[in-house]
Amino acid sequence: MSDLWITILVAGVGTYLLRASFLAFADRLVDLPPLVERVLRQIPPAVLAALVVPQLVRPEGSLDLWQPELLAGMLAAIVSWKTRNIAATLVTGMAVLVVVERLV
Amino acid sequence: MSGDDAIRRDAMRSGVAAAAPMLIGIVPFGLVAGAAPVAAGFGVDEAMGLSLFVFAGASQLAIVDVLADGGTALIAVVTALTINLRMLLYSASLATVLAHEPRRKRLAVAYFLVDQAYALSIVRWTGDDDPRARLPFYFSVGGLLGSSWIASTAVGALLGSSVPDDVPLEFAIPLVFLVLLVPVLDRHPAVVAASVGGVGAVAASEFGADRLSVLIGGVLGIVAGTVAETVRPVPSPSPGTGGDT
Repeated sequence: MSDLWITILVAGVGTYLLRASFLAFADRLVDLPPLVERVLRQIPPAVLAALVVPQLVRPEGSLDLWQPELLAGMLAAIVSWKTRNIAATLVTGMAVLVVVERLV
Repeated sequence: MSGDDAIRRDAMRSGVAAAAPMLIGIVPFGLVAGAAPVAAGFGVDEAMGLSLFVFAGASQLAIVDVLADGGTALIAVVTALTINLRMLLYSASLATVLAHEPRRKRLAVAYFLVDQAYALSIVRWTGDDDPRARLPFYFSVGGLLGSSWIASTAVGALLGSSVPDDVPLEFAIPLVFLVLLVPVLDRHPAVVAASVGGVGAVAASEFGADRLSVLIGGVLGIVAGTVAETVRPVPSPSPGTGGDT
């Protein structure tokens, strides 16, 4: 078997175990202490921001605040906040990015 | 049980509608995930195996990078699992909301637990939603994302990636996460968690954490949000998530 196939199978099983970890034992997680619930509540905002912000401020792999991705992202955030609409946000963000990249 | 059937149908339809905009970003990413292993000299079967069994784009590309540079399978596995550690957070976050589902179904949920499926679901499952609609929604999101991922990987592996460079389709991925993030920011701990999470991920990247930066930023944000909520509690918080209602 090739090195890649071995990697695929081991990394595949490992990744599945990471995904299944807490879900597998969720039935024992019914009455959680308040502190644990408080920690879990922070996961969505913390992780979503960690996924988004680097893409906006370092699109080419180093911190750069003077580039179209950040401008497009900020305008898209305003549209998202006002409309809560995915399509309007996507169109705004992509359009601003394309237009600014053409102009600069 | 026609009431349940109607709920299930509605939920599945909502799942497709919610996941569809994600495809603008996922399909080009899948083309690259299929083309990269083939361009590095690996087989089409291996490209497909990555998308079927690992099913996590960033780690798939990292595996190809490591092995193409002459790294060992062990290094490739460790690299991939490190990138995917953030899925522990997703699993913990969904576990409390799906605690009453049978284990067999929760183990199926785990297979589809990618960034997008997590994000779309958790912002919806605020506690005011109908719990019967959760899994039908989730599996229609997961099914659509998964089948698109496999199909675009196959096209990328067979034809090579020919995504036009002048249309920045990959930018759709952070934009969709942005749409999900904004309504979650309705309480001060969430704002703290997101600010520290975002800045932390950027700082971690600047210090060379590279693919670990999402995990590092996420953990820093979770700690900061927890501290913020402990110092100044939110009046009657909605349990489990932090979504808007």
